[in-house]
Amino acid sequence: MATNVQPTPASVPALPVVFTLCERELVRFFRQSNRVFGALGQPIIFWLLFGAGLRGAQVGGGSNLDYAHFFPGTLVMILLFTAIFATISIIEDRREGFLQGVLVAPVPRWSMVMGKILGGALIAMLQGIIFLFLGWLTGALGWASILQTSLGGVIGAIALMFVISIALTALGFLIAWRMDSTQGFHAIMSVFLLPMWLLSGAFFPMDVSGWLGWVIRINPLTYGVAGLRYYLQNVNAIVDHLPSISTCWLVTLVFAGLTFAASWWIAGTRSTGDLL
Amino acid sequence: MSSSSAVIISHLAHRYGEHEAIRDLSFSVAEREIFAILGPNGSGKTTLFRVLSTLIPIQQGDVQILGYDLRRQPAAIRSQLGVVFQAPSIDKKLTVLENVIHHGRLYGLGGRALHNRAEEMLSRLGLADRRRDLVEKLSGGLRRRVELATGMLHQPRLLLLDEPSTGLDPGARSDLWQYLEQVRDNDGVTVVVTTHLLEEAERTDRIAIMHKGQLSALGTPHELQAAVGGDAITIRTKDAAALAAGIREKFNIPAMVVDSSVRLEQPNGHQWIPRLVEAFPDATEAITLGKPTLEDVFIHFTGHRFWDENDQEEDQPKKKKKH
Repeated sequence: MATNVQPTPASVPALPVVFTLCERELVRFFRQSNRVFGALGQPIIFWLLFGAGLRGAQVGGGSNLDYAHFFPGTLVMILLFTAIFATISIIEDRREGFLQGVLVAPVPRWSMVMGKILGGALIAMLQGIIFLFLGWLTGALGWASILQTSLGGVIGAIALMFVISIALTALGFLIAWRMDSTQGFHAIMSVFLLPMWLLSGAFFPMDVSGWLGWVIRINPLTYGVAGLRYYLQNVNAIVDHLPSISTCWLVTLVFAGLTFAASWWIAGTRSTGDLL
Repeated sequence: MSSSSAVIISHLAHRYGEHEAIRDLSFSVAEREIFAILGPNGSGKTTLFRVLSTLIPIQQGDVQILGYDLRRQPAAIRSQLGVVFQAPSIDKKLTVLENVIHHGRLYGLGGRALHNRAEEMLSRLGLADRRRDLVEKLSGGLRRRVELATGMLHQPRLLLLDEPSTGLDPGARSDLWQYLEQVRDNDGVTVVVTTHLLEEAERTDRIAIMHKGQLSALGTPHELQAAVGGDAITIRTKDAAALAAGIREKFNIPAMVVDSSVRLEQPNGHQWIPRLVEAFPDATEAITLGKPTLEDVFIHFTGHRFWDENDQEEDQPKKKKKH
């Protein structure tokens, strides 16, 4: 049987595959006007609601729970929702049949995963940057001072946002790969993703004691939120109980690396959902 | 045949949990032939398609495609393979041209060469003036043509199609088969197509009939029809078992009960009709005589009707949640 087996030819270059799949995500996004509407609308709505509700509010007298305090957390929430919803489209890809065409193409599996994740992360970044701009606008218009930042701070924030987006889209990929319907996703959303955001220092302060404090400390998203505070707020690491900026970067990079590696691994496993 | 075989399947078996979808299957497909895998739903043909297309891994047995070992060199096979799935694998939100370009990049094409090749395929399939249309706006027949354009874009040596006529009107179906013949004759491509349409299989060079995961028969349409050995006579009656037993006893010829009718295969069928009616005047409600069709071939080799409700086992893992 194996007498005249031929040598294996070189496989297809990976980067064009990453590029083409990423491009597809973006083209699909911009072509679905309801998605674009949502993407532009969500940051604006959050901006207006938080602005109206928290402008100048000094909850509990002298506490720092004001608009500026919630800004980085809201930014991360926007990244979280968009990133994760962008990759659960893999369920749709599977059900519509697109995925099977990619799975039988001679492409390295990681390039397929990377294309999908990068596309989702860029869509999340787009919304994050809009929200960032609105935060700056609030200050520029003199309504409230939300961002205390320099140009370097903005660049640092955008770079960190990108790593967070990659981590979260990869997390979405990881969750969605085995699912065969988007319905199942709502359970994950409420029992896992929403608590993950609530317990990331975005909502509760970092210095909560007891088990809640521990959950906040082992939650990788905490370090993303904290990192953005350094770039966007005038914070003091000791007073605000924040981890150091290098810890924030390290944990966020490791978070992104691990979720990507896990996505790559899971994409190599077959699920019955491949079989439309 | 081994030197010029595009596909060699030996002792292939595949199971989903308890259910054996394919059992000890062996056959070869020659290069440059249009080969049909014919079977009803649940015959295992879709599972076979998934194995051949590298979508699911081999569990047992061996498959060699274009000289590569499917188990060890799936990547090499993929680049030589054009696959057209039953559920379209093109993106409905993209235009025809975008789909073709994306597909080309997945197969390592790029730049000028990819664009030229894409335009060539689109004009070959009569899609040139639809290139900027979104796929979701196209009819089923046109979508299938886009699939064929992407499937042949990277000049594969083997084209695999799973139930390609599903959802096509007769005109589009006829175009599809003309195109497959072109692909075989002009491009020298081997075409393997699964189908549950008997009349479609008659247009192929050779047919493998699958039944319950096994190979029931293999040959050209002509050979298979010849194997039936004469004409097919079907008698509709109230008590088919009793009539079949009566015919066997009186004439000493084989008579089968198929789907509560009695079925005989005899040369010179027309001579048998008066004899049967005279011998069993009360039992005969209706009697038909025909040249063997592929349905007769299927019954001949499997003892089952092609469309047998009780016979449709699940061909795939049960989908628990389908929305």
